[in-house]
Amino acid sequence: MSTTTPPAVGGLTSQELLAGYRTMRVIREFEERLHREFATGEIPGFVHLYAGEEAIAAGVISHLNDDDYVASTHRGHGHALAKGCDVDGMMAEIYGRYDGICHGKGGSMHIADLSKGMLGANGIVGAGPPLVCGVGLTARIRKTAQVGVSFTGDGGSNQGMFLESLNLAAVWNLPVVFVVENNGYAEATSNEFHSSGLDVAKRADGFGIPGVVVDGHDFFAVHEAAGEAIGRARRGDGPTLLECKTNRYYGHFEGDQQTYRAPGEVEELRATRDCLDGFRAAVTEGGLIAAAELDAIDAEALAQIESSVARAKAAAVPDLSEVLTDVYVDY
Amino acid sequence: MARKTSFQNAINEAMLQEMERDERVVVFGEDVVGGSGAPGVLDAWGGVLGVTKGIHARFPDRILDTPISEAAYVGAAAGAAASGLRPVAELMFVDFMGVCFDQILNQAAKFRYMFGGKAVTPMVLRTMFGAGIRAASQHSQALYPMFTHVPGIKVVVPSSAYDAKGLLIQSIRDDDPVIFFEHKALYTLEGDVPEEAYAIPFGEANVVRSGGDVTIVALGRMVGVAQEAAKVLAGEGIEAEIVDPRTTSPLDEETILESIEETGRLVVVDEAGPRCGFAADIAALAAEKAFGDLKAPIRTVTPPHTPVPFSPVLEDAYVPDAAKVAAAVREVTGAAAPAGVA
Ligand SMILES: Cc1ncc(C[n+]2csc(CCOP(=O)(O)OP(=O)(O)O)c2C)c(N)n1
Ligand SMILES: [Mg+2]
Repeated sequence: MSTTTPPAVGGLTSQELLAGYRTMRVIREFEERLHREFATGEIPGFVHLYAGEEAIAAGVISHLNDDDYVASTHRGHGHALAKGCDVDGMMAEIYGRYDGICHGKGGSMHIADLSKGMLGANGIVGAGPPLVCGVGLTARIRKTAQVGVSFTGDGGSNQGMFLESLNLAAVWNLPVVFVVENNGYAEATSNEFHSSGLDVAKRADGFGIPGVVVDGHDFFAVHEAAGEAIGRARRGDGPTLLECKTNRYYGHFEGDQQTYRAPGEVEELRATRDCLDGFRAAVTEGGLIAAAELDAIDAEALAQIESSVARAKAAAVPDLSEVLTDVYVDY
Repeated sequence: MARKTSFQNAINEAMLQEMERDERVVVFGEDVVGGSGAPGVLDAWGGVLGVTKGIHARFPDRILDTPISEAAYVGAAAGAAASGLRPVAELMFVDFMGVCFDQILNQAAKFRYMFGGKAVTPMVLRTMFGAGIRAASQHSQALYPMFTHVPGIKVVVPSSAYDAKGLLIQSIRDDDPVIFFEHKALYTLEGDVPEEAYAIPFGEANVVRSGGDVTIVALGRMVGVAQEAAKVLAGEGIEAEIVDPRTTSPLDEETILESIEETGRLVVVDEAGPRCGFAADIAALAAEKAFGDLKAPIRTVTPPHTPVPFSPVLEDAYVPDAAKVAAAVREVTGAAAPAGVA
């Protein structure tokens, strides 16, 4: 363990740097492991992996407190992990176990924990932005410093409700940040085809709010831009649209053959744009963080995921009576 | 010439044949081609489960991928239909009706009536529905009762490959807006399907199985479940008649009522919820128009009034199965359950 306090990178202390790295590594291990486990046939349902996009969840959510809210997407594991959802609980949920974070009733696409400010992964593309407008309204009316952050894909940015939310947040001056994770694809369709005007951030202009584009592979760039946007929201200066250019390493969902991608596309991305590699190079080069410290985090993350999978597999499935519970608070 | 083919292939073939026959037929939806604008191959998906695959090769100009903008493209289907095309739009999962329902509910459904009979809106909205593939609460619903409730639209729920082809062709040729429900667990179901085009008229139920002891009304995937139950019951000496209405709007009341007249007993099996749903609708029909024929109370077998749960054990408990159907039939026929059956 390092005992010295190295100078900050991009305003980040070594503690913050290590925390950011840990978040990204845990997400990566979680997703890589799910990819392998899914292939065995043991994981039910639809699973959309976040591998390759970790710098966004880690860079944005590191600015948030437990009482700030995140509304996520179908590709939500990374946001949930960064927001502090329990790793074991998430894994058990994905396996459909009673110990799961939603008692096995939601699965991968509906992971949520309100106590951590995680308003849920979401099976409906574009559904998050309206929800965080509500979060922003709660904060404004109750005069708290809370913020709401929604994540939406490039594909989701073509939903009417996404665009309506930009306007609503602007006219109500809400403490909200709309993050767009532009990974270039909506399922098998390229954003070259599905979006007219490739920078989603430009859509902010039409609503009179700031629109910012950052490299979503670069933790430091995301962290800095998100810090500004979230700071602006907390100060009462209104919403921001933050577009992060990124890539996904796996298919749209597990099982996707990805014939729409170029041969070697992913290998190239992994070799040249990987957020963990980039981070490691940046912090070890100047001797800010010793490689051994990062290695230790890698080993811890691996062990943590290993143990969460073992627990999930061993955990009990829900009792059948659970079908009927929690439809209402009171009925 | 009939040959064995899948439910999925039957649907694909219906679209291709109608596109061949009528150049006004166009197909669009999310990833119905797949790979648009991308560096790899085109027609990479042909729909999320491959149902539209191959259409692009034959009719590259009449199949279009869409942005994830259901309100816009479902509305465009209504507008295109009203202005001269015969669009077959795809709403990937019916659960997504939430983001585009106005275009169906207040636009397509009402043009003809509101405009004093001056509009025709020959659009088809194909959509996937149903539980059973662990797709959880937002990708598993059976929402046809919501559409059936709306005057002005026709609602089709096929249960076999043969019906899927004939009903889809009728849907495309029909001059009213049609919502065509495809159960995702039926796509691989094989059946005898003629190679040539044929249309099955709406509002004509199919008596899937004849029997004199009880009428079972079922739709979509529940027809197979009812057949499974009927086999078990036949072993116990109970002969069930299975009536598949095939379309919930229009509804073939006559065939259902005739069957009840013969059997005097009714069990309705449905994958949609119990409240204000299809099962309740058929039960009400029987209570109003066949009360005198009934020898026992009507039973409905539906999921509970809950969302669809994710965990496989819960989802399996949620969906009606053959055991539940058989139990309901024994109840109305007064038969004792065989040893070992609860
Ligand atoms: C309203 C709605 N329409 C369509 C879908 C099906 N769907 C799920 S993910 C997806 C693509 C989303 O693309 P994007 O927003 O870019 O997110 P990414 O998957 O790339 O992270 C689609 C079309 C859905 N879940 N909800
Ligand atoms: Mg995308």
